[in-house]
Amino acid sequence: MLEVSDLHVSYGQSEVIHGISFTAKKNETLAIMGRNGMGKTTLFKSLIGILEAGEGSIKIDGEDVTKNESHQRVANGIAYVPQGRMIFPTLTVQENIETGMQVSGMKRVPEDIYALFPVLFDMRHRKGGNLSGGQQQQLAIARALVTNPKVLLLDEPTEGIQPSIIKDIAKILNEIQQMRDITIIVSEQVLSFTMAIADRLIVIDSGKFIHEDLRKDVDVAKISKYLSV
Amino acid sequence: MGEYSIQELTSIFAMQGFAGLSLFSVLLLMALGLAIIFGQMGVINMAHGEFMAVGAYTTYLMSVISETYFPWFTQYYFLFAIMASFFIAGILGYLTEFILIRHLYKRPLDTLLATWGLSLIMQQTFRSLFGAREVSPTLPDWLMGSYQPTDSIYIPINGMFVLGLTAVVTIGVYILMYRSNWGLAVRATTQNRIMSGAVGINTKKIDRLTFALGCGIAGIAGAAFTTIASTGPTSGSLYIVDTFMVVVFGGAASLFGTIASAFTIAQAQSILEFFISGSMAKVLTLLTLVIILMMRPEGLFSIKVRK
Repeated sequence: MLEVSDLHVSYGQSEVIHGISFTAKKNETLAIMGRNGMGKTTLFKSLIGILEAGEGSIKIDGEDVTKNESHQRVANGIAYVPQGRMIFPTLTVQENIETGMQVSGMKRVPEDIYALFPVLFDMRHRKGGNLSGGQQQQLAIARALVTNPKVLLLDEPTEGIQPSIIKDIAKILNEIQQMRDITIIVSEQVLSFTMAIADRLIVIDSGKFIHEDLRKDVDVAKISKYLSV
Repeated sequence: MGEYSIQELTSIFAMQGFAGLSLFSVLLLMALGLAIIFGQMGVINMAHGEFMAVGAYTTYLMSVISETYFPWFTQYYFLFAIMASFFIAGILGYLTEFILIRHLYKRPLDTLLATWGLSLIMQQTFRSLFGAREVSPTLPDWLMGSYQPTDSIYIPINGMFVLGLTAVVTIGVYILMYRSNWGLAVRATTQNRIMSGAVGINTKKIDRLTFALGCGIAGIAGAAFTTIASTGPTSGSLYIVDTFMVVVFGGAASLFGTIASAFTIAQAQSILEFFISGSMAKVLTLLTLVIILMMRPEGLFSIKVRK
């Protein structure tokens, strides 16, 4: 579903991602684990088109999107939940969700979105900026889902969120996985969270993939060692 | 004020207040366009006044053409002139964005200079095309005259027309901004351009349309302007400072703030002008504004959310 080959990304002269290649299959949940500053966010930003790729190619469902702008990639079927949520603070919850519906052409917020996130239904007329961190995270996921993505990118969805809500988010992601044909790619530092959702785990270090495991084969102690400083 | 009787004072306030409403209308129309463009793209359009002049000259041209070739049309041309002003200023705005502005995003000082240069070019073009003398379209009869509720109060009909036009345009802008998909895209882009792209909004297309719409509204302001004053090559630049004041005072990105601030500034100036000289009225208004802005730097109205 998502094919990335030999991706290089730089900030000016300094290259941060050094030739990453991977493929995520349909209905697969892939976790990219790594410490701070190892290039997770940079990788995600280049996948959604906020940062340009220096070399390499990105394909969604066989279609090359490497040269496309963000909004075109969203139309191609990739959706993005950024680090720090980045919801629109002065739009209401409902309007926030509707921003994602422009590309899919939907007129009303679909029922299954509110069924997944009942708290968003209760707060649909409130300003997004007045929600708590966990609620904003759910809003950012809902906003991404209404674009009808084939690939959903989540950049550190657990950052700054209390443990009980982290469990809820894991549950929601698993439900989404069952409801739709969707590929989920998540970047994380919290191993317990990825162990609850991912089919496959990859460890990124200094802009390169250094380790890969299916969840059933994961040696928790080994990955924890990669994640500790 | 001692030499005026109570009745005279009431009439003065009513008439000056109404003159203020006409000024308010033009200021508000100008400020709406400027505020939308500034909010959406962070571009301060120094040539905004000249887009108003484009509208005014369009109205003048339509008047001349209909007088010369279609005399029967002179009673109705004005309504079409308003629409023509909107579209011509809007199309010029669209081209300006495409040719000039889009290459200068994220460089606020450069856009300031570039649009200022554009305003000079446009002023000279007006001078070459229409001459340095001020011109006025012939207004249809139904816009002339005044309504006289009491012996000493005269309310000009063109002023009421301009007020009505402004109300219609303002409501239209409100519906566009808060009830349409386009408006939602504009408000999202205003808050976070990068993220708007990443949820699938074509921000560049939205920019172009927003700039065109802002300039088109300035064109309508120009058409309205011809009913209360005559148009010269520099008419637009006379209004641009006041318009900036309205936008800053009202708080960018707040429609109600813009309305309230245009009203306050126009009324203060208009009523003060009667009792003291025009320039003193301006000094007083500006001083008050500065003091208020020192206490409320974000403007009159701003939306409060957790940061």
